[in-house]
Amino acid sequence: MHELALTESILRIVETEAERQGFSSVRAVWLELGALSHADPDAIRFCFDTVTRGSLAEGARLTIERPPGQGWCMICSVTVPLARRFDPCPHCGGHQVQVTDGDDMRLTELEVA
Amino acid sequence: MCGICGCGSTTIAGGIVPRDSQSHGHDHHHHDHHHHHESGAVGSAAEDATRRLRVERDILEDNNRAAGANRVWFTERGVLALNLLSAPGSGKTTLLVRTITDLMTAGTAADRPITVIEGDQQTDLDAARIRATGVPAIQINTGKGCHLDAAMVTRAATSLALAQGSVLFIENVGNLVCPAAFDLGETHRVVVVSVTEGEDKPLKYPDMFHSADLMLINKVDLLPHVAFDVERCVALARTVNPSLVALPVSATTGEGLDAWYGWLRAHHPAPRLAHAKPI
Repeated sequence: MHELALTESILRIVETEAERQGFSSVRAVWLELGALSHADPDAIRFCFDTVTRGSLAEGARLTIERPPGQGWCMICSVTVPLARRFDPCPHCGGHQVQVTDGDDMRLTELEVA
Repeated sequence: MCGICGCGSTTIAGGIVPRDSQSHGHDHHHHDHHHHHESGAVGSAAEDATRRLRVERDILEDNNRAAGANRVWFTERGVLALNLLSAPGSGKTTLLVRTITDLMTAGTAADRPITVIEGDQQTDLDAARIRATGVPAIQINTGKGCHLDAAMVTRAATSLALAQGSVLFIENVGNLVCPAAFDLGETHRVVVVSVTEGEDKPLKYPDMFHSADLMLINKVDLLPHVAFDVERCVALARTVNPSLVALPVSATTGEGLDAWYGWLRAHHPAPRLAHAKPI
């Protein structure tokens, strides 16, 4: 379950931001986990409570947004929606589709005190 | 190691290396749940003084930074670093042992030294198998961890005196899910699938096959005994990754291995810095 390592990375980012921006406790965390990204939101939630226990983010509210997948079909030269990484282009049925969105995993926002 | 969250120590070649990730301090072993209200009553001015901060940081940025540094380091020394990925039991280590033995017999090792980093949750059995061929190997035990990360490879590569222009095989933990997300700074990713597995693995684990440069289909000597359609496997893999190169091989009989060795030679970079020294 690599979500544990991802959640530990999230806590490290929070800790470095605390040092940089001068806060001592985190009330809420917003994540963007793209629909095509490597993270399962439920597993991140499961890990988040455990990993943050005893830290400045203990008890913080976690909000996870899931930007949908998008790709660029090289045959049709159009942006197409992608529910899964290997979905074909809905216009030509081909697989020459480059993922352009929904692949990222980012910590976007914090509510701090 | 912690049996609750699974975080633990990563050991390299028998030595314990503290993980950076232990900063959360293992307080979760205490299952009482403290809230810090000592700063004032709930609803006081101090409690309400919250602010929203835009952060916009990539969750994998630490790993990606370390991977970038590894990549520069490998490139400057002309090292071909290959991240070998597969499910458990695909024959990765056997393939590696055969590859090393063949390349050394062909005299390649003299001008292209080979070094191996082995990743497993436990034991240094695989590193011992590699060392028996005569090449240096270092074992990373990830403990409860399910993948190698870039910082582990930095530490392992630093402790191996990697020669200019060498080939570094990094055998990742047997797992088709987790290692896909973690760039190690490798030159190329090689995924190994064997004919005793399902030919639809590329669709079941698309992230892994999407990020690979080469797919080795191993154990083709068993094709008469199993219902595995090589062409279908390749076609499914190319729906996930249209530019994926696929080579059928058998580490047991040697079938197809010349094409794999040809791929290795063709992808070996030229050293960019003549005076870069091993560290």
